Amino acid sequence: MTQGGVSSYKQSSKTVNKKKLANFRKYWDLYLIMVPGILFFIVFKYIPMWGVIIAFKDYSAFAGFAASEWVGWEHFIRMFQDNKFHEVFSNTLLISLYKLVWGFPGPIIFALMLNEVRRMFYKRSIQTLAYLPHFLSWVIVGGILVQVLSPSTGVVNEFIQFLGFDSIYFLGDSEWFRTVIVASDVWKTIGWGAIIYLAALAGIDPQLYEAAKIDGANKWRQLWHITIPTLLPTICILFILNLGNVLDVGFEQIYILLNPLVYDVGDVIETYVYREGITQAQFSYTTAVGLFKSAIALVLVIIVNKIIKKLGQPGIW
Amino acid sequence: MNQTKGEKTFSIVNNCLLLIFAIICLAPFIHILAQSLSSHRAIVSGEVIFWPIELNVYPYVEILTDPAFLKAFWISILRTVVGTFGSVLFTCLLAYPLSKAYIKGRGAILFLIVFTMMFQGGMIPTFLVVRSVGLLDSFWAYIIPNLISAFCVIIIKNFFESVPKELEESALIDGCSNLGILFRIVIPVSMPAIATITLFYAVFQWNSFFDAVLFVNDRSLFPLQIYLRELILLDESNIALKDNFERQLVANESLNAAALIVSTVPILLVYPYLQRYFVKGIMLGSVKG
Repeated sequence: MTQGGVSSYKQSSKTVNKKKLANFRKYWDLYLIMVPGILFFIVFKYIPMWGVIIAFKDYSAFAGFAASEWVGWEHFIRMFQDNKFHEVFSNTLLISLYKLVWGFPGPIIFALMLNEVRRMFYKRSIQTLAYLPHFLSWVIVGGILVQVLSPSTGVVNEFIQFLGFDSIYFLGDSEWFRTVIVASDVWKTIGWGAIIYLAALAGIDPQLYEAAKIDGANKWRQLWHITIPTLLPTICILFILNLGNVLDVGFEQIYILLNPLVYDVGDVIETYVYREGITQAQFSYTTAVGLFKSAIALVLVIIVNKIIKKLGQPGIW
Repeated sequence: MNQTKGEKTFSIVNNCLLLIFAIICLAPFIHILAQSLSSHRAIVSGEVIFWPIELNVYPYVEILTDPAFLKAFWISILRTVVGTFGSVLFTCLLAYPLSKAYIKGRGAILFLIVFTMMFQGGMIPTFLVVRSVGLLDSFWAYIIPNLISAFCVIIIKNFFESVPKELEESALIDGCSNLGILFRIVIPVSMPAIATITLFYAVFQWNSFFDAVLFVNDRSLFPLQIYLRELILLDESNIALKDNFERQLVANESLNAAALIVSTVPILLVYPYLQRYFVKGIMLGSVKG
């Protein structure tokens, strides 16, 4: 490089710096107001993210994240040899799968049905009622379930007895527990989940339907050739996002309803992590379990995103 | 519009199915409400379905005079008001600069914020961080560890970007400072989006209970959701029904039902007013930033 080249390079970097400085001077207050938010994300999101290294360490409160001693894959080996982990993992997988199978199509069907309603007042009223359960905490929904499903005084069991059958202890019976979990989850999320599909449906040009009608397409053909193709990108994106949460199973719900009678079918990764981690203070081991879960979810998202993109639909990145 | 016979039948069946679904969404509340207002005898004999039998308001008297309930209710109100205000304020302060192209590093910051929606440290490392910053067993454990939601930052940022530039430019010419523009122009015209995230944060604060389980052992700081859980799901309550006379009047079920109703009312009060905003808000968030 010649002498002149270096000096011009220096000059341009100087002017860049000057520009940066001017930009900073002009908008210093805007940079300043971001600081609390950025600090929040660093302290409560990124430090814990970095803190997962204790899954490979023997965490001691005295040493902290950084200075605790490395132990390699020890916690993961223990995890795979632990029968309890196998049970908890398969419970998590099953409950998530049931929730996906029953809960994912629900909002789509609900949105499609609602889209056919012509009277706006009726549509609004149904929507208002359907969104409502989303706004209740799982403690409240759990409380309602306990009341309604109670084997002695619950209205459901009174009805079952009225039909001449024995009452069922839904929340304490291994055969029924998962059904209750999945059904109450579907009940709570179906209306709210439909919002995004309804918005996509509202964006369809009515002229498309008019043209299809002139061509002699009936309702089903319109649904198949216009509505579904329009919804498909939204469906794909939400499917990928759902897979990302597939192992989260709705921790609050299960924590609220779980009782020792149904540990064999209802105990999931997060409740296990809470019990062993927080109450038994096995921080490193349970971080390893949690990390295993998050890693699987991330890999799932990446794979499915790739498949969906190959099929010609938009992925999430 | 002319409808064929088939379309008419379809429309009727469709409307009926939706009505049934709406009733399923509402029915449990009506049942609980009826229970909370019925007599001990009617509940035990299983007569109560959707209408109170032998009207009885004692459960509400019992709940509303229980000092533990009042304390928990107060904590919940406090955390909802303080938490929502803080969350909305800091979300706007973070989102406004991120909506401006001239802010350096905004792409990187946005990416790092969105990334937290896909991968997180998990329960244990988060707990250890909260513990090490000394928030355990304090009221601020409800506010600070969940102060800002990445999703809400995206919603607000996208809305701020849609505010017409001319508005801000004319304010600048009138000698308004950067922060003046934010608080006097941008925030007032962004009320629909702000209402949406206010609703999200407020509902989150009112409903969340696991942060109390995780971070707080001090009973005097327990929010309403913990009170409810102990009352109904763990069957632990300090409500002493004062004498046999009252015991005959109030069934446990009614007491639980009354507590559930009283805790749901605040949400039911604000929900209809905010409903028209949140649909729009969700859409704003889903347009990727």
